[in-house]
Amino acid sequence: MTEMTTRAWLLSDAPQTRRQARLGALYQGWLTFRANRLAMVGLAILVLLVLVAAFAPWIAPQNPFAQDLAQRLQPPSASHWLGTDALGRDILSRLIHGSRVTLFIVGTVALIAPVIGLFVGTVAGFAGGWVDQVLMRITDIFLAFPKLILALAFVAALGPGIGNAVLALAVTSWPPYARLARAETLTIRRADYIAAARLQGAGPLRLLIGHVWPLCVSSLIVRAALDMAGIILSAAGLGFLGLGAQPPMPEWGAMISDGRSYILDFWWVAAMPGLAIFVVSLAFNLLGDGLRDVLDPKEGPR
Amino acid sequence: MLTVEDLDVWFGHAPERVDAVKSASFAVRQGESFGLVGESGSGKSTILRAVAGLVDTWSGRIKVGGETVAGRHRSRGFHKTVQMVFQDPYASLHPRHSVDRVLSETLHLQGMVGIDARITRLLDQVGLGRGFRFRYPHQLSGGQRQRVAIARALAAEPKLLLLDEPTSALDVSVQAEILNLLCDIRAERGLTYVMVSHDLAVVAHMCDRLAVMRQGRIVEDMDAAGLRAGRAQGDYARKLIAASTRYVREA
Repeated sequence: MTEMTTRAWLLSDAPQTRRQARLGALYQGWLTFRANRLAMVGLAILVLLVLVAAFAPWIAPQNPFAQDLAQRLQPPSASHWLGTDALGRDILSRLIHGSRVTLFIVGTVALIAPVIGLFVGTVAGFAGGWVDQVLMRITDIFLAFPKLILALAFVAALGPGIGNAVLALAVTSWPPYARLARAETLTIRRADYIAAARLQGAGPLRLLIGHVWPLCVSSLIVRAALDMAGIILSAAGLGFLGLGAQPPMPEWGAMISDGRSYILDFWWVAAMPGLAIFVVSLAFNLLGDGLRDVLDPKEGPR
Repeated sequence: MLTVEDLDVWFGHAPERVDAVKSASFAVRQGESFGLVGESGSGKSTILRAVAGLVDTWSGRIKVGGETVAGRHRSRGFHKTVQMVFQDPYASLHPRHSVDRVLSETLHLQGMVGIDARITRLLDQVGLGRGFRFRYPHQLSGGQRQRVAIARALAAEPKLLLLDEPTSALDVSVQAEILNLLCDIRAERGLTYVMVSHDLAVVAHMCDRLAVMRQGRIVEDMDAAGLRAGRAQGDYARKLIAASTRYVREA
């Protein structure tokens, strides 16, 4: 019975407090999201990934760095569920520890790139004039290079390593967000509610942060969730080329790279991390689709 | 209260330049309700936007309460004196801001104190009541949204309210409610209204005097009694009145 009343309280059309209104809006969003089965599958996989990363040392059956040359290139078996690699390290343990690296890459890039993009895009769109011209030409310059090549150049200049790889990915992946945010801002800035706020004496900074950003953020979140798969793949690509994570760090892309030489005879060495990348990328795409249903301001009256 | 002299408003540059308003002049006295009527595209809303400072390509002279304004910049005092209600209540409320957020931000910007009590009072005044305080725009009907927009305009306790077809996006039954609300508020607070409308019946009901616009020019100046009696000097105004009365009779 209490469950029913909580639900009614959350879905009330006439909330009594700020908190109730906010929680109600969140709950509505959750209901929309939950209705999308595939998005829930994506969310479940990602929650699992986070849990695995958090408890990696306790879950992993073996030390990911422990080499056992007598046991090298073993096929999947009861003692090594996913087999062993060229140095006899347990692939499952390396995958589990690698999930931390993956989350670190995804998390950092997701924090940096959309924020730079949001800032550049909304300022350009809102200010217009020469500010817009300058910011957008800079964006165009970044967009003119293929992303991975530019990231390669950055890593080559900064030196290989996981931190630099993340930085390079973040620096090269913000321009699409800036474009998106600018396009949104251009439609928003002419809206009557902006004019109304201006008439109350609201300054440009308040309009930008309080009125424009909340409407841009949701489409950026959706875009970021859909981009995560690409970022994981780019990070794996850098790792594969030897410019990302350095050995013996168990990064999934670097693990594929290690398995490349044995791919025909010992398929599991490259296939297992490949499968992990595939599953996590897919999960992010599914999550992004679900988030779009919930957040896209153009869908429905929300 | 409001004097507009020789106002020209244009959009765009030379070859594609559109002159939306051409040498319009009128004056609105304190406490008066003034109507601007005309067909769509005649430039009536543009005049309001120029007065409010939402358009910067204009020339001429606009004086509000003795203060001459220029370009798009408006002083703090102007924002306290002049407020506007927009045509489309679906576009004039921020989709992610609750009623509470809209009103408290407005009151904060206007430097009011005792914001909590004021919000309750404003909501009561526009006939919404405090139950609506924490709703989001998508939880409101068109008429309720327009009431929120009116509350927002009243928050600054302005003297001059610019009404840009405040009822044309609403159902007929809701239109009457909003018009009555606006009438009551004006009587209560002694406000000055400048109301844009293409609906002559609305203007006859709401306004003391009106100007008829056509293709950016003011072609006729008359009072409400004259409008109701169908006395118009110009050809165009006569036609406009005839068209609207015939429509009413046949409907």
